[in-house]
Amino acid sequence: MSADLPEVLTRSAADLADDLASGATTSVELTRASLDRIAAVDGAVHAFLHVDAEGALAQAAAADERRAAGQPASALDGVPIAVKDVLATRGLPTTCGSKILEGWVPPYDATVVAKLREAGLPILGKTNMDEFAMGSSTEHSAYGPTHNPWDLTRIPGGSGGGSAAAVAAFEAPLALGTDTGGSIRQPGAVTGTVGTKPTYGGVSRYGLVAMANSLDQVGPVTRTVLDAALLHELIGGHDPLDSTSIAQPLPGIVDAARQGATGDMSGVRIGVITELGGDGWQAGVQDRFRESLDLLVKAGADVVEVSCPSFVHALATYYLVMPAEASSNLAKFDAMRYGLRVLPEGVASPSAEEVMKATRAAGFGDEVKRRIMIGTYALSSGYYDAYYGQAQKVRTLISRDFAAAFESVDVLVSPTAPTTAFPIGEKVDDPLAMYLNDLATIPANLAGVPGISVPSGLASEDGLPAGFQILAPALADDRCYRVGAALESLLVEQWGGPLLAQAPALPSEGASA
Amino acid sequence: MTTTSHDDVELVDFDTVLAAYDPALGLEVHVELNTATKMFCGCPATFGGEPNSHVCPTCLGLPGAMPVVNGKAVESAIRIGLALNCEIAEWCRFARKNYFYPDMPKNFQTSQYDEPICFDGYMDVDVDGETFRVEIERAHMEEDTGKSTHVGGSTGRIHGADHSLVDYNRAGIPLIEIVTRPILGAGEKAPAVARAYVAQLRDLIVALGVSEARMDQGNLRADVNLSLSPKGSGTLGTRTETKNVNSFRSVERAVRYEMQRHAAVLDSGRSILQETRHWHEDTGITTSGREKSDAEDYRYFPEPDLVPVAPSREWVEELRGTLPENPTEKRARLQSEWGFSDLEMRDTVGAGALGLVEETVALGAAPQAARKWWLGELARRANDAGQELTSLGVTPADVAAVQGLVDDGTLNDKLARQVFDGLFAGEGTPAEIVAARSLAIVSDDGALSAAVDEAIAANPDVADKIRDGKHAAAGALIGAVMKSMRGQADAGKVRELILAKLS
Repeated sequence: MSADLPEVLTRSAADLADDLASGATTSVELTRASLDRIAAVDGAVHAFLHVDAEGALAQAAAADERRAAGQPASALDGVPIAVKDVLATRGLPTTCGSKILEGWVPPYDATVVAKLREAGLPILGKTNMDEFAMGSSTEHSAYGPTHNPWDLTRIPGGSGGGSAAAVAAFEAPLALGTDTGGSIRQPGAVTGTVGTKPTYGGVSRYGLVAMANSLDQVGPVTRTVLDAALLHELIGGHDPLDSTSIAQPLPGIVDAARQGATGDMSGVRIGVITELGGDGWQAGVQDRFRESLDLLVKAGADVVEVSCPSFVHALATYYLVMPAEASSNLAKFDAMRYGLRVLPEGVASPSAEEVMKATRAAGFGDEVKRRIMIGTYALSSGYYDAYYGQAQKVRTLISRDFAAAFESVDVLVSPTAPTTAFPIGEKVDDPLAMYLNDLATIPANLAGVPGISVPSGLASEDGLPAGFQILAPALADDRCYRVGAALESLLVEQWGGPLLAQAPALPSEGASA
Repeated sequence: MTTTSHDDVELVDFDTVLAAYDPALGLEVHVELNTATKMFCGCPATFGGEPNSHVCPTCLGLPGAMPVVNGKAVESAIRIGLALNCEIAEWCRFARKNYFYPDMPKNFQTSQYDEPICFDGYMDVDVDGETFRVEIERAHMEEDTGKSTHVGGSTGRIHGADHSLVDYNRAGIPLIEIVTRPILGAGEKAPAVARAYVAQLRDLIVALGVSEARMDQGNLRADVNLSLSPKGSGTLGTRTETKNVNSFRSVERAVRYEMQRHAAVLDSGRSILQETRHWHEDTGITTSGREKSDAEDYRYFPEPDLVPVAPSREWVEELRGTLPENPTEKRARLQSEWGFSDLEMRDTVGAGALGLVEETVALGAAPQAARKWWLGELARRANDAGQELTSLGVTPADVAAVQGLVDDGTLNDKLARQVFDGLFAGEGTPAEIVAARSLAIVSDDGALSAAVDEAIAANPDVADKIRDGKHAAAGALIGAVMKSMRGQADAGKVRELILAKLS
């Protein structure tokens, strides 16, 4: 961590909320500090696609007025946040990392964004991502890759590499991400941050530009487990605009995080997923995972090994379900109503269909086209049963594996990703190698269960962060927070401070405070 | 084997078609519901409005927007299904029908595929006193598309247009698509069965109150499927689908035309091309639309943004209790109440006038009088104009008002017809037209008496015959009086006066 990093930037959102409540700081001060940090380091990190300094400062001033009047809108009123560019923000560009949406400014807010605004969190800007959330490295962004703050030559994970990097680089205390196959958790793991994929339906998807509707969830990207719980609580709950959102109250996730932070794991039954580890998994990642488990055992947890045999089919299943839904979702990008419009060359008076073709050819990147083709094929008459239909059956088997496992354990755990951050460019032309990054995170999306990734330490081979994943039954997100907070407190005690304190200083441009 | 559209064939005489072929019919009817809001969002589902004024992120298909099912539309779907004697699914889903078209905001239509909300029903259709049971395969929910207007071409079609405009006000309006099973065995009555089915279905929809059901406004749109098979073969031939046939009369004509065209193609040894065809109201023919092979692939899959629709059995039963009277029973009741003969009733139903007569009677007209106007004068005018009775612009209230003026002696039938002229010309209410055109019967006995005297004087031979007791001869004098009174006299009263003066 940079020596000249202002202390205010390193504080957790929970601490900042206390600072604001006590009058020790103001939202304008926090927001300005974040904006300055972005100005200083984002040239190197490229976590943001769009920064709204003016808007954020105006929202911060309004937050300070509410505080001064003794009427804060929420506990986090005035704490700035970054938002993944896949979430619709009224008046702010929303590109999904794609050329096809360049310059599109939504006329409406996603429900989660509306909740941020109601709660008074100044929105710093929109974060970089793989195009339409398709990728595990943020290299598939049409606007260039994001760099991992731990090593700028490496990827920050994906698709939400921008949100994870923004939080890891202390550009923002909080961020929103979305997770379809691991896009919150895997970037969390490789950047040494915390990320949660809530129970499917726990958070509204209205305004989330869908990749795969049956898998997508919005979730928190933070530096501490408690911060994740606070943000999760703020954005969660039923939304009448999303009929797949769950019409029952969220479990007590903030309480669970506070309880877990005491470090007491007695009576907690933890299952280690046999299928998610072993050959092909980076040794340093597995070492940190085992050490974390040992700490939990010492804190009183019972650990057993649990087999989920269908998980070996999760990746194949995912790569049928996700592209099928995506191929249909992305059909709307046709140049007729919004976004990019490209006229075909050499056609005097092109038809609507020719304009659609030319626009989609020019506006989508290779990975997006690849998935549209796979999905279109999987849904085609004569292939549907063999591909999409079969994948749905395997999905049921994966859900059954989870159900069976949760009969004997409270949570299931695994390393979040098989490796630490790899060098930019290494896998960009090898889709299958790229897809393997999500091996451990995909089963939770297919079954709709919640998962969290917390930092487990640095792999000895490369000194880069690894993640520890905790999965719980649907609607039991509180268990993720309890175990996650316990592990975090045990590790921080061992490390003598947060993992990110060990991150190298970032090259700074212009006026850093 | 050649397979072309054969638009230039010489039609086969209808009776000759029947000698060689059995027709199979299939009807797909789209009903636009009259819910306050659209199928999947809160926008008003009203007809018209400034283009693109009834839109929101969801019905415009903006990135990130999501659908939510309109509960009222589900209720209407279930009531339609129950009225058609359908089973109501305990659990069903929406599905995406994927294809690209500029007036479809998401480039997929949210519809239902293999899990329709209503299935396995029937409707008994009366044709010339005979009952045909039309089996309903399914009735499912879906959303309407936007509307494209092609500007600059001569035909209003996309070819030759300079540019096209799209209005998304209609996008997302709830539709129920009602699909029959193949209707076999109708033989020569196939055109009449098709017409009667659509007419009776419309009556049912109106009685349910779930749609305006105006065919001329596209609230009710019929697609006609037809195929022929060699007589007695028991097979099904290749079908064509004639789209958007927008009146009862056109449904009948389109079936008849396609039967004659299919026979011509088959007789010449060629095959019918499975295709969509356009109906031309003006010329009464169909022309080839797009080829519709079974290979057309909509890549249906369950809509992942919506939870399944699972109507409770209690709710379904509650809705069953809200159904209007069964149409067959209702017809029997009305016939008995009105005292119509079987023939009168059949003609009334056949003319699609049952509802109109019923409304007219409800407004005070005698049943026979109501029947006489709708099936006589007004049916003639509708036929001349090539229109449906329902779209003539004359309402049951108008007819009841005109008959009221006849009943109170203000008008006779001949004058009443002039009131209808005024109604068609948009001259106001019947009372206003009577006043403006000075149509009321002259009740001034002095003027009438003078006219009668004049007629007697001018026709001494006729007067003599009447004096001799040949009262039937009075007709000639009545005619003369009516002529001199320009029709504004009560013929009965004239007759009385003549007989009194010559007795």
